[in-house]
Amino acid sequence: MALTGLILFNVANSIAVLVLLSLGLGVIYGMMKIINLAHGEFLMLGAYTTVVSTNAGLNLWVAMLIAAPVAVGLFGLLVERLFIRFLYGRMIDTMLATWGLSLAVIGLITTIFGNTVRGVAAPFGGFAIGGYQTSLYSLFVIAVAAVMAAGLWLVLRFTRFGLIVRATMQNPNMAAALGAPPPQIYMVTFALGSALAGLAGGVLAPVSGVSPVMGSAFIARAFITVLGGGPAIVTGTGLASTLFGGISEVATFLTTPVFGQVALLLAALIMIRILPQGITGRLLRRSL
Amino acid sequence: MHEFRLSRRGLLQSGATLAGGALAAPLVARHAMAADTIKVGSLLDLSGPIGSSGQAMHATIQLAVAELNASGGLLGRQIELVNYDTQSTIQLYSQYAQQLALKDKVAVVHGGITSASREAIRPVFDRYATLYFYNVLYEGGVCDRDCFCTGTTPAQTVNKLVPYALDTWGKKAYIIAADYNYGQITAKWMGKYVRDGGGTVQATEFFPLDVTEFAATISKIQQAGPSVVLSALVGSNHTAFYRQWAAAGMKGKIPIASTTFGLVNEIATIAPSESDGVVTSYGYYEELSTPASTAFTQAVRAKFGNDLPYISELAAATYEGFKLWAEGVKKAGSLDRMKVTEALETGLAVDGPSGKVTIDHATHHVVRNAYLAKAADRKWEVFKSYPDQAPADTAAVCDLIKDPKMSKQFVIDVKT
Repeated sequence: MALTGLILFNVANSIAVLVLLSLGLGVIYGMMKIINLAHGEFLMLGAYTTVVSTNAGLNLWVAMLIAAPVAVGLFGLLVERLFIRFLYGRMIDTMLATWGLSLAVIGLITTIFGNTVRGVAAPFGGFAIGGYQTSLYSLFVIAVAAVMAAGLWLVLRFTRFGLIVRATMQNPNMAAALGAPPPQIYMVTFALGSALAGLAGGVLAPVSGVSPVMGSAFIARAFITVLGGGPAIVTGTGLASTLFGGISEVATFLTTPVFGQVALLLAALIMIRILPQGITGRLLRRSL
Repeated sequence: MHEFRLSRRGLLQSGATLAGGALAAPLVARHAMAADTIKVGSLLDLSGPIGSSGQAMHATIQLAVAELNASGGLLGRQIELVNYDTQSTIQLYSQYAQQLALKDKVAVVHGGITSASREAIRPVFDRYATLYFYNVLYEGGVCDRDCFCTGTTPAQTVNKLVPYALDTWGKKAYIIAADYNYGQITAKWMGKYVRDGGGTVQATEFFPLDVTEFAATISKIQQAGPSVVLSALVGSNHTAFYRQWAAAGMKGKIPIASTTFGLVNEIATIAPSESDGVVTSYGYYEELSTPASTAFTQAVRAKFGNDLPYISELAAATYEGFKLWAEGVKKAGSLDRMKVTEALETGLAVDGPSGKVTIDHATHHVVRNAYLAKAADRKWEVFKSYPDQAPADTAAVCDLIKDPKMSKQFVIDVKT
């Protein structure tokens, strides 16, 4: 019984990590059709912001929940102004540009902080489910993922800003005719996606090996989740995270970590075969 | 076609000779200067994922060269270090190895970090008759007369770590290891030593290098309830295991012994609450307080500053490997590969930072000290030393005295 509880908790944690990893990418790719290959590096920058500012004396919570998203959001803004805005509608070119960007960011961070693992210790410590110890911090990760997804959904669904953003993504010319300037909307959306990535990186920093190349371990899972989710960003990402996170976690527990990864990829393959547009390409099409 | 090419090359050569006539004088002079130095090759990853391991090794070989040059060099000539950054790319290893052997014509090459990189360049140096030193701890089994391995092998370290863990904490072990040749083979050795010590292996799990989530594994370990976790995890992604382990409150509940932890810089950069209590066994620790070790670390820090990552066995063995080669050249009175090899095979020894390091003729590995240490507050507390440990694992399969033509890596058949 306790073991079942523990596994369910691990599954929830695994889903939450996928949501964190992919929501920022979902906003940038799903809404703007920018293939951001530097997404892993945005996460890495969030993690570094947390580690460096905490080591410099900043409160861990401020570093994680405020400094990381703000810093990476601003970085995203800069990137959008300098590169991305020239590339809207040129999907392949965005791939090349952001790939170059990812190499440059890795190089820059390596030059500044060195090619070593850094980190801050996770707060809280553990708690017991039955006889099993598990991490209280995971509970926090789950909470952040839930708040992040719910917050994004609420903003898109109920605010004027959300309405304008959705309208611009659907039909920029019509939105412009009605007085919403697409360039600004794109800029803000890109910064928002970056900030979400930064927040995710910050929150995952205490339980990851924070190094300049850490992004590459995340990027594939993030893309698989976003593509599996389909056009509805929040619902799609959430459903895909649940499916892939659940499958890989249970497979890892029952077999080995190798098969856990295999199971995730296999699930993605089968799903893309059945639902080529992603989950929300067929189901729940009117969701967000 | 073939003939045409030859004649074209001949034409180019004679043309070049004519054209070069005017420039000949300064060129000859420069050549004469260059011939005065002895070129020593170094192939290390200074960038990319393995780069953090290579930096300290690069520093110590530079130090060894500088010290030798300051004391008059070798055979009355100065040493020139030819170094290429292999950027954690196997392809560059092969390419630069050829360059060192054929273009730079170095007297010896020190280098290679991962076992994969060693196996990429070892055949190149065999083919072009270049002496090669691999100065990294590894899984053992290389049996090649043209190559010397100066790092520790499992018989020297894992065979200290596992018995200590079994005696101190109990007989049930849970093995977690990286999913490539080093982790796979090391896990076999761990299993063997656990059984030799009368213990049982509850499970052995392998992790691809890009795994970052360890929650399921941490649950499984608790379900099994071992007395010790033996870890051969590798790389920055796997560092997450130690952090998630601490976050789950497992720290202090089940002890961890590792053959890889702290080899790079982990102990300085992750929090003491995550690293304290982890036990490791290596051939050298920067904290070792013998006079030779203190003098060595002070010299390294004086030359390269405190930004240099941790000075681990990798860095110490690189320094000692170079010194061994230099002693071999002195004894042989020549740079000739065969003469130096024969001089080294007489059981040549140097006193390095880790203590006495002696070449073992039969295996071309070394007899050296091994140490056990425990992490405490961002430092390694060395609490046990084992002097003059022989590379018994490789010795079980390799005898270069009987069979000097051997050139392969044995996958030592560990009974499982």
